[in-house]
Amino acid sequence: MALLLVVAMVLSVALGARDVGWPEIVAALGGQADTIGEAAVTSRLPRTLLAILAGAALGLSGGVMQGLTRNPLADPGLLGVNAGAVLAIVIGLAWFGIEDASLYIWTAILGAGLTAVAVYAIASLGRGGATPLKLALAGAVTTAALSSLTTAVVLPRGDIAGLVQSWMVGGVGGATNDQIVPVLPFLLAGLVIALLSARKLNLLALGDEAATGLGEKVASARAMAAVAAVLLCGATTAVCGPIGFVGLVVPHACRLLVGSDYRWLLPFSALGGAVLLTFADVTGRLVARPAELDVGIVTAFIGAPVFIWIVRRRKVREL
Amino acid sequence: MNEPLRSDPPGYATAWLARIRRERARRRWRVLAALLACLLAGVVLTLMLGQSLTPLVTVLRVLGGADVPEAEFIVRELRLPRAVISALSGICFGLGGVAFQTMLRNPLASPDIIGISTGASAAAVFAIVVLSLSGPAVSIVAVVAGLGVALAIYALSWREGVTGARLVLVGIGLAAMLQSFTAYLLTRAPSWSLQEALRWMTGSVNGVQLEQALPLLVALLLFGGLLLSRSRDLETLRMGDDIAAGLGVRLTATRVIVIVAAVGLVAFATAVAGPVAFVAFLSGPIAARLTSRNGSLLIPSALVGALLVLLGDYAGQFLLPARYPVGIVTGVLGAPYLVYLIIRDNKSGGAL
Repeated sequence: MALLLVVAMVLSVALGARDVGWPEIVAALGGQADTIGEAAVTSRLPRTLLAILAGAALGLSGGVMQGLTRNPLADPGLLGVNAGAVLAIVIGLAWFGIEDASLYIWTAILGAGLTAVAVYAIASLGRGGATPLKLALAGAVTTAALSSLTTAVVLPRGDIAGLVQSWMVGGVGGATNDQIVPVLPFLLAGLVIALLSARKLNLLALGDEAATGLGEKVASARAMAAVAAVLLCGATTAVCGPIGFVGLVVPHACRLLVGSDYRWLLPFSALGGAVLLTFADVTGRLVARPAELDVGIVTAFIGAPVFIWIVRRRKVREL
Repeated sequence: MNEPLRSDPPGYATAWLARIRRERARRRWRVLAALLACLLAGVVLTLMLGQSLTPLVTVLRVLGGADVPEAEFIVRELRLPRAVISALSGICFGLGGVAFQTMLRNPLASPDIIGISTGASAAAVFAIVVLSLSGPAVSIVAVVAGLGVALAIYALSWREGVTGARLVLVGIGLAAMLQSFTAYLLTRAPSWSLQEALRWMTGSVNGVQLEQALPLLVALLLFGGLLLSRSRDLETLRMGDDIAAGLGVRLTATRVIVIVAAVGLVAFATAVAGPVAFVAFLSGPIAARLTSRNGSLLIPSALVGALLVLLGDYAGQFLLPARYPVGIVTGVLGAPYLVYLIIRDNKSGGAL
């Protein structure tokens, strides 16, 4: 197991490093839209950085959500948390005219948090608590309702419609360092809290009674993990728009590699998310040349089959 | 409730039960009649009201075929197709939605959530953007794709039989993928205006023609009839697969018929009006509240669906500050419904 861990670490570091190299290779080979390869590479550096940060945040957030809800189908996109962040931002833009970057992020986090609570409440209705089925359905329904609300807010406002439309698909294109810097503290805070909550997630995985018996305060552990997940995906959505499925796929892949100990799983999920999103971004650039496919579309095409695979496995209820 | 049964002679209990049954049947008919009356009133009102008011007498004369130059165009060309298509597609969505919800025993598992309308709309966008089709050809593609997606969901969730839970989850996964596909197609069609894109993302009855009502009507008669013929089996399925099988319902056959009929209804309606958000999702639960869950929900939900689309379209056109397509109005209604679900549960601890 220890050997497997080392191999996995080397692999994911190597893949991550090679990912960083990808844009340069592509630019050198194609030269594409830009005249000078160097200029292309310079403009791609912040983009790659953002893909890595966003991927790590989403992977981590998905891992925390899966542990928190003891549910293999949890993902910030599928559960509607990203849609909540989007609605909050759109309302902020349309009605309150927010422009300040950090206000922007706070708004997204607020929306994400409220939605997370609401979806969990809807899923917990009725008998049996929040089963994977009910959680996924509640997320899908909430996403649909929130997107309608978002459109309703945007539609009469021609001035922001174009901006919102392009941002809502989810992409890391056109990122600048100025955009990235304000989210860094939020992501860092989310990362620290998430990693601190790893031990608690391990205890929660044993079941609420067992966790209580082992001296864990279940409610506060949940709250702490939820804060981390919401911070991470809310801040990411504020910059990149809603990107789904990264948080779903990555923790599952990592679980195959490192097992289900959250102290290992969470750091690996962060690395894996960075790898996946960077790959997805590069794929999106290659598939639809000379145009670009937004990374949110690519991750949905990668993620949905994985989602169906997880559902088809016999042990959907176990985690 | 058990007291009279225990203390009174058996004959009295039978009579008592019969009286309760009669009473419930009567209440059901009253609700149905009220819904039908509302629907008729809604149709007439949307024919009369708009940017300008057309008196009822004029509307009736135009519908009767009389020559009324000042109102003919408005009523016959602008308002009538809208009203007819809204009502028909609403009926289709309502029927299809409640059939799925009943069969899968989950009020959240409606065809617009588990990917069927999404499949139909993705195919329609594909037909228009990539294949440059128009008119009835688009509808055919949408219907075929709706059925194809349903088949794919069914096949992908097959594993020593199909369970409702797996069906729903696979559907959600496919829906997410298809939504991305639609988004991708729409980014490839830069000449498209936001309004036109919205039609296929959320549904709208802007600019519909009366000729489009005919295929919808045929589909409604065919698939709706098929569904109604299974309404008894569908009701039995509510008690659970095992009990239903024990009571003599052929599970697989019923499931396939219900799925085909419901998907057909939803796909035809989507081909005309786009995936009008949440009509399929909301009709069943609203109908259940209105009839106090009393007898089959198929017809009540059909009427509720028609009312939702009709009034949603009217509100979107004239009552709200901006002009919204009907799908946005009905979609927004979904949010308070979800909140209501949470509040109701907190109060009563009831089951979903």
